[in-house]
Amino acid sequence: MNWFSKLLPSRIRTEGGTKKSVPEGLWAKCNACGAVLYRAEMERNLDVCPKCDHHMRIGARVRLERFLDEDEREEIAANLKPVDALKFKDIKKYKDRITQAQKATGEHDALIAMKGKLKGMPLVATAFEFKFMGGSMGSVVGERFVRAANICLEENIPLVCFSASGGARMQEALFSLMQMAKTSAVLAKMSKRGVPFISVLTDPTMGGVSASLAMLGDLNVAEPNALIGFAGPRVIEQTVRETLPEGFQRSEFLLEHGAIDMIIDRRDLRDKLANVLSILTHKSAA
Amino acid sequence: MNLNFLDFEQPIAELEAKIEELRYVGSDNEINIGEEIAKLQGKSKDLTESIFSNLSSAQIAQLARHPQRPYFLDYIEQIFTDFEELHGDRAFADDAAIVGGVARLEGRPVMIVGQQKGRDTKEKIRRNFAMPRPEGYRKAMRLFEMAERFKLPVLTFIDTPGAYPGVGAEERGQSEAIARNLLVMSQLKTPIINTVIGEGGSGGALAIGVGDRLLILQYSTYSVISPEGCASILWKSSEKAADAAEAMGLTAPRLKELGLVDAIINEPLGGAHRDTESMAASLKAGLMESLEMLDAVPLDKILDQRYSRLMSYGNYTE
Repeated sequence: MNWFSKLLPSRIRTEGGTKKSVPEGLWAKCNACGAVLYRAEMERNLDVCPKCDHHMRIGARVRLERFLDEDEREEIAANLKPVDALKFKDIKKYKDRITQAQKATGEHDALIAMKGKLKGMPLVATAFEFKFMGGSMGSVVGERFVRAANICLEENIPLVCFSASGGARMQEALFSLMQMAKTSAVLAKMSKRGVPFISVLTDPTMGGVSASLAMLGDLNVAEPNALIGFAGPRVIEQTVRETLPEGFQRSEFLLEHGAIDMIIDRRDLRDKLANVLSILTHKSAA
Repeated sequence: MNLNFLDFEQPIAELEAKIEELRYVGSDNEINIGEEIAKLQGKSKDLTESIFSNLSSAQIAQLARHPQRPYFLDYIEQIFTDFEELHGDRAFADDAAIVGGVARLEGRPVMIVGQQKGRDTKEKIRRNFAMPRPEGYRKAMRLFEMAERFKLPVLTFIDTPGAYPGVGAEERGQSEAIARNLLVMSQLKTPIINTVIGEGGSGGALAIGVGDRLLILQYSTYSVISPEGCASILWKSSEKAADAAEAMGLTAPRLKELGLVDAIINEPLGGAHRDTESMAASLKAGLMESLEMLDAVPLDKILDQRYSRLMSYGNYTE
């Protein structure tokens, strides 16, 4: 404390230094163009910046609640919880990382699955919670995905998955690698039976999630400017020792290279997917 | 330091050097030298046994990528006959990091596919250090589907640090190529036996690793990422690779214990590279045994079992 602060009566002193933060919750800042936005307006706009159309990352639960019709939602396999079979410890224990992630997100693990409706059409939607250990895929994510897909198989209704993940969860080692095979196998079954699966790739979708369920949609669609790929850009840069081109591994790059069917603005997502799904399932226009 | 030996094997290397020296002397003076050599050889064997009975995960990871370790082509030569290599993905290129083709195992027609490392610098580069690109996985998939058409069992041999992290690989859909293989292999209507013969690294390994039986050589490793990769992400320092190797439980006995592999193929004393011939013989016996086991099961049951096995992977509570 400097001499001047000491002179001030305590009620004038402010805690925490010079930087005044915006009051919690009222304002938000676009992390692309920096525009300061009224949060309520942002939410009305589905967390897409009204100034530059940047799509902010959003949580899994919010994502599903906005995507599905308001009535008749039902969560799938909500009680599945992770266990630390390997007693894995890096600089922190896996067990503690789980607890911490659960506290921070209010979720048991990194994937949420819900049965519901899209414009009256029954379907199952799943979403990755990136804030839960980087949306990494471990046993619970794999199992929940499979259970969601099984409901689709039983009831012959479409599956939609919003991915946002850094890849396989390292703390579950080979078990998490095997989730790639597990989720792909259930999708093989769906594909054979002609039950539609739409993979929506959101920012970011990398590694083992990208190299399994996320690329196996009847349609692979992406939100604008999402980072999507197998190897992370930093790893590639270190390998090839050159700076990567602008826009590398972004949705637009994938569209150009033929990896995805289309890029869909978040605000059009319900309309577009309802349209495609109604055609694939021979239903009248929604 | 003898470069044919790893750091923890140096005491063995020293003994072996002594034996060589004695042999050299022995050629002009035969008295008692033979006895001395035999004694030293016994000592070297004991020493090797004691070192190898107590290897850390990091040391096993080193053995798995020992520069002299037998690679896929060495096993092809020793185990199979009438091998014809088939090239290309029919779309873009032939990826030399993955070798595949038709062959016979004890006279029986099979399809074999595996990753291939290089011996010298030139070949290492040509094989891209066994890091496949999308066209490699697509070639493998083409061969898997051909195997299904012609009713050939598929034998795959895993030995890769992982898929290649390159610009072109991403442009050509690395993720999709790996994912597609997982999907296709899960339903391929022919028996599949996967064997990890060296390094089993990440999605690059799994892309030829879905099947009915998973075998692993004693000093091979299999995990979601290399110990170095894991260490640099979780410990923020690749120097913690030894800790990461330990934590990930990537060794054969640990994976067996966890129920992730079906059988361990024992290696000769000192590792596969000390006696490639006997290693190949054990591997061949292991493959024959697995093939016979699968022969006894009708194909639709094999597919059901493969599916239930895939669905059973994972640990969770409810």
